Amino acid sequence: MLMKKLLTGNEAIARGAWEAGVTVCTAYPGTPSTEITENAALYNEIYAEWSPNEKVALEVGLGAAIGGARALVAMKHVGVNVAADPLFTLSYTGINAGLVLVSADDPGMHSSQNEQDNRHFGKAAKIPILEPSDSQEAKEFTKIAFELSEAFDTPVILRITTRVAHSQSLVDLEPRQEIPLRKYEKNIQKYVMMPGFARPRHRVVENRLEKLKEYAETFPFNRMELRRPEIGIIASGVVYQYVREVLPDASTLKLALTYPLPRKLLEEFASKVERLFVIEELDPFIEEQLKAWGIEVHGKDTFPIVGEILPETIRQKLGPLFNEESPTAKVQDSCVSFPNIPVRPPVMCPGCPHRGVFYVLQKLKLTVTGDIGCYTLGAQAPLSAIDTTICMGASIGAAIGMEKARGKEFARRLVAVIGDSTFIHSGITGLIDAVYNKATTTIIILDNRTTAMTGHQDNPVNGRTIKGETTKEVNLPLLCKAAGVNRVVEVDPFDLAKLETIVKEELAAEEPSVIISKRQCALLVKNFDTPCQVITEECIGCLRCMKIGCPCIIKEGKKVRINATQCVGCNLCAYVCPSGAIRKEGAANGSN
Amino acid sequence: MGQTKNILIVGVGGQGTILASRVLSSVLQKIGLEVKVSEIHGMAQRGGSVVTQVRYGQKVASPIIPEGQADIILAFEKLEALRWLTCLKEEGIILINDQRIDPMPVIIGATEYPDTLDNIRQRTKNVLVIDALKAAQEAGNAKTVNIVLLGLLAKFMDIDQVVWLETIEETVPPKFLQANLKAFKAGFATTENLNLGKD
Repeated sequence: MLMKKLLTGNEAIARGAWEAGVTVCTAYPGTPSTEITENAALYNEIYAEWSPNEKVALEVGLGAAIGGARALVAMKHVGVNVAADPLFTLSYTGINAGLVLVSADDPGMHSSQNEQDNRHFGKAAKIPILEPSDSQEAKEFTKIAFELSEAFDTPVILRITTRVAHSQSLVDLEPRQEIPLRKYEKNIQKYVMMPGFARPRHRVVENRLEKLKEYAETFPFNRMELRRPEIGIIASGVVYQYVREVLPDASTLKLALTYPLPRKLLEEFASKVERLFVIEELDPFIEEQLKAWGIEVHGKDTFPIVGEILPETIRQKLGPLFNEESPTAKVQDSCVSFPNIPVRPPVMCPGCPHRGVFYVLQKLKLTVTGDIGCYTLGAQAPLSAIDTTICMGASIGAAIGMEKARGKEFARRLVAVIGDSTFIHSGITGLIDAVYNKATTTIIILDNRTTAMTGHQDNPVNGRTIKGETTKEVNLPLLCKAAGVNRVVEVDPFDLAKLETIVKEELAAEEPSVIISKRQCALLVKNFDTPCQVITEECIGCLRCMKIGCPCIIKEGKKVRINATQCVGCNLCAYVCPSGAIRKEGAANGSN
Repeated sequence: MGQTKNILIVGVGGQGTILASRVLSSVLQKIGLEVKVSEIHGMAQRGGSVVTQVRYGQKVASPIIPEGQADIILAFEKLEALRWLTCLKEEGIILINDQRIDPMPVIIGATEYPDTLDNIRQRTKNVLVIDALKAAQEAGNAKTVNIVLLGLLAKFMDIDQVVWLETIEETVPPKFLQANLKAFKAGFATTENLNLGKD
């Protein structure tokens, strides 16, 4: 009997890769894709790695595939932007053994800086896209993706969204299929993409696409489900599940292969229903193609282009067409939301080493170009210490650009902040630009010894691999010096006085400098320091300690109290307290 | 698909909602039901609002609970209970841990922590509030608040206690097993009754 297990979409993809005989899995962590590689790394048969960035991850993956082994490469949607360069040309070379790129999109931006629709990448790079709607399909489609990849000599995109990645449903577990390493043969015309060889390869790509279009017509996982004829719905991914839930009687065309689209199948479906809708999150990707073919269809005139589409939206928009009672008509008391419920955004943890850095930066009223990681939270009140956050690595380039636009004087009040993992990902090139083009930028590397925001993945700076093996650590100070930075200084961010002095000194220097603020992520520290406490009689109620944004500090009447069960004793509040009313538990006056 | 049941577990990052939902979904799977669970935990460890949706029945399509269709809401924190109350069915039950965790806008004084329990009781009748931290401490480990609350939830679900205990045994590390089993039983043995609200 088949064993069934409750798996998230991400766990199911890792399982699918294992069952498909994958031996190489590479990734850079990014929500909602991270757990794919974490789970793949648990299989002994799979070599897994955290690559320094998504471009390298895809390059290692393509090397493995051309070298004859099935490879899975996983990243979040914006990671594909970084990996786009190898991706587009890999489409020309094709693969040898199968290569599947998982793109985990984030409609609704649960944990992302944008909600780009990565189906455009499939179309632009002319490679097929598969979209699973639950965990079972996530596993199955991973295996099918490898078969398609090898049958058509192309990389394949498996596109998932947060709701598929992080939802659990039952999955049939099957045994692993051992795939022997394919023969590797040198083939310059196929794998060396200089113009003379690339031109004929472009023709190969166009021919392949024609064949894929034909194949799509009979692809068994594109499924027409004819029910009541009043409306027909075209859907893929998790939206298909919402449609089944909300409108079980509607005729549905479930698309598994969303690029290239099966024209004849779509025309046939359109001819069998009275009104045709395509329900797709984000862009009108399917809708535009249908309209280009002259098929009359409703899409973004009915459903939003921004954010997630939830079952409720489908019920509201299409339920009335079935003359079904809209549940919004019978709103109960509990359904009326209470006004002005305070939001609960994520915050820097108690003892977070980033807090002190942002405290100093806002105290000095500096312009701060930021980056992607936990420290992006430094932009939130009360610290509000970040001016820009665009993408991985952008902090340094942005600081250089501001200096070139506004001059050296402005640069004396300007710093770039970037995490250790983000610096390795794509900050190094910005740093080299600062040196090469004679900027005077001050860069703070927030080195907390881990890739924290995505759940503490190891990285090249902390000396451990995804498999838990020790490896060589990148020496950040030496790396910066080798790039030509003369002024590199390390500081413990809990030593606020020293940190402030150093920041001032480096801002004044007329050359690029790097400050490495080094302390381990508070969530990885096992032995906490003695908690701090407020001596109520000495508290003058100035509330200065509230300005550091620590979740342990609670206002009580006109004074404050510290939640001792959460406090890890970082002492930052004691440092900012002007009356010395905050001390370590048990410490005497003035001894903190 | 009319008989699909919906449970919403809400709390604050770091409170252990995810482990609780994992035990719950395994229990449901064990008794032969189809289960779908949706978690949003992108920044969960950073003290944000965390929501897990658990749906079960003979056949479940969507992993998302339709608006106003939760049969039970299990709230690990009072403000989160108020926030997610809109999801509760007319006859649904809301189980609340009597704990207050101030969100940042309250901490910095930009807004006030609202009167949660009274507002909830005015809007729905099946409310039960317990001090799970106290129960967990009495059971021997303050960190088992999540399992106390799971025990409370189990009280309102018609599933043999043995299945729950067995699943906890399979889920938690052996070192913490005894404390967790005690915590579950403490929650399950809650004697307070529902309904302190309207009517």
